[in-house]
Amino acid sequence: MNPGQPNSLPNSFRTGPDERGHFGNFGGRFVAETLMPLILDLEKAYVAAKADPSFAAEMKGFLKHYVGRPSPLYFAERLTEHLGGAKVYFKREELNHTGSHKVNNVLGQIMVARRMGKKRIIAETGAGQHGVATATLCARFGLECIVYMGAVDVARQAPNVFRMEMLGAKVIPVQSGTRTLKDAMNEALRDWVTNVHNTFYCIGTIAGPHPYPMMVRDFQCVIGDETREQMQEAEGRLPDSLVACIGGGSNAMGLFHPFLDDPSVEIFGVEAAGHGLTQLHAASIAGGRAGVLHGNRTYLLMDDDGQIQDAHSISAGLDYPGIGPEHSWLYENGRVTYLSATDDEALAAFQLLSRLEGIIPALESAHAIAKVVELAPKRPRDHLMVVNLSGRGDKDIPQVAEILKGEKK
Amino acid sequence: MSTRIDARFAELAKQGRSAFVTFLMAGDPDPKTSLDILKTLPKAGADMIEIGMPFTDPMADGPSIQAAGLRALKAGMTLKKTLEMVRGFRKDDDTTPLVLMGYYNPIYIYGVDKFLVDAKTAGVDGLIIVDLPPEEDDELCLPAMKAGLNFIRLATPTTDDKRLPAVLANTSGFVYYVAITGITGSASADSHVVGEAVARIKRHTKLPVCVGFGIRTPDAARAIAENANGAVVGTALVDALRGSLDAEGRATAKTVPAVADLVAALAQGVRGAKQAAE
Repeated sequence: MNPGQPNSLPNSFRTGPDERGHFGNFGGRFVAETLMPLILDLEKAYVAAKADPSFAAEMKGFLKHYVGRPSPLYFAERLTEHLGGAKVYFKREELNHTGSHKVNNVLGQIMVARRMGKKRIIAETGAGQHGVATATLCARFGLECIVYMGAVDVARQAPNVFRMEMLGAKVIPVQSGTRTLKDAMNEALRDWVTNVHNTFYCIGTIAGPHPYPMMVRDFQCVIGDETREQMQEAEGRLPDSLVACIGGGSNAMGLFHPFLDDPSVEIFGVEAAGHGLTQLHAASIAGGRAGVLHGNRTYLLMDDDGQIQDAHSISAGLDYPGIGPEHSWLYENGRVTYLSATDDEALAAFQLLSRLEGIIPALESAHAIAKVVELAPKRPRDHLMVVNLSGRGDKDIPQVAEILKGEKK
Repeated sequence: MSTRIDARFAELAKQGRSAFVTFLMAGDPDPKTSLDILKTLPKAGADMIEIGMPFTDPMADGPSIQAAGLRALKAGMTLKKTLEMVRGFRKDDDTTPLVLMGYYNPIYIYGVDKFLVDAKTAGVDGLIIVDLPPEEDDELCLPAMKAGLNFIRLATPTTDDKRLPAVLANTSGFVYYVAITGITGSASADSHVVGEAVARIKRHTKLPVCVGFGIRTPDAARAIAENANGAVVGTALVDALRGSLDAEGRATAKTVPAVADLVAALAQGVRGAKQAAE
């Protein structure tokens, strides 16, 4: 890898971030002064929790009995036959309670919030999966829950809005800006600036100011840690490649991170190419450049004046004009290869998987499947490929039905 | 290094009064009207002017200033044009301090070194960048100081005595005390509480302390001015501007006077304040 610059590569890809929250040039703490003392407090509380064996023990108990972990590592036999190449395994995060990987992180943050004595939890959500996971754990622990959701997403993800309300959360439709995920995040930050004393901001992905990208990653690493053990059990060795979809990139980082220092493992992240990379899309690495938004420096979609541009993806969960800062770093140092899948490719993969494996994936995860369809046939039959099936597709059925109805006409 | 900001505070100290600082969003509702407003502000009674640099995602601003930024962007405003606006103002006024206020990304994309040269040349005196706390001083604060621009820091109710020295370390020009925890234009500042906070900051610095966020009326401006070296008004002026626009959001004959009249009334309030806190 990168043989021309032997000194530019770190000894390990797993030691970041530094004490200022930097992954190379990315990350950091770009927040208003009002929030600065809060994120310093959070960092302190998280570091203390991490060092406390009782915290890990409590997490482990809830992950097992409430979330339903470990999630299976499943050999997708019919998809493997169909593609005629690599042996494809699914890490089945869609079987978690609440239907996606989001719950791993929310459980961790809610545990930290409890240690800090915070009674009011706020969150942003796009597709509603993070909102649902947050509402679920707030219900479980008797905490007040406020979820900010772009008004556009409230309209297109109505079943999740109802689920959150059912769980006792208050969903606030965000009317500012483009009325999608990035504006929901702005509004959550505005809430936090206003309610500094009693509020904990539960961010849904590995973005935001330090320590969020590190903390959320740590909570999601259970995905890769389990995969490592399960693959050892199933095949007696490491996987040869990993594939996961990327919006902010938390499900991908959770799978990738435990394998970053295993050079034999090829790693692929899949961004949302929307209508195509020359048109409206949500692929920050393929179509963006480094900038500063929502507390961190990372790859962003923006214009020449540094104004943030609208993202587009068929999948509300990938519809964000940025990406977690650690991914930007892993892109620039070449450890992870970033690909992209269009709306149409994701839609085709969504249907393929439903029919071949009896698993309806979330549209987000279908982006990863779309690239497995391209990568697997080019690999030998003894190649072990793991794809993160990060969420289930129930929430997407009405939207997909609508699109397919339109195509038939 | 002495800037127009230092000179203005020295002059006001001689007169024994506090500064009245006004905010306007560059390019709101269009670049020409915005420059016209800017030019009338000193005559109307503004001692110092903050010019907002529009940004799509202003995470510390309330609905009024968010909307002002979007109006400006829709009218084609860019950071380059904001600097042109400063140059336009400096043709007739070489003494009123101008401070650019906003978020880091447009400056980062413009290029920090180029921005600092262009801003200084255009006649900018200071910068207030909301999302650059002292932890990120290498980015812009230290280069700005070297380039001869004041980097004005926000101190807030959450900035405790332990943290204040870090916040004040590389601050120059003045300290901007954010009177409330919250976004711009959301709550009213309590002048008594603010007075105590200003006194607390002054135990740590000799710099003037101006207070903003939550000041809307001449009386409130007077009360704040009695407790600080300056009172900043933003949202109330942006609201006055918006109220003067036509149904399509375009400027009318009333737009410039609507802002100027409110500035004059607020300036009366500030000038009616008793001797400012020292």
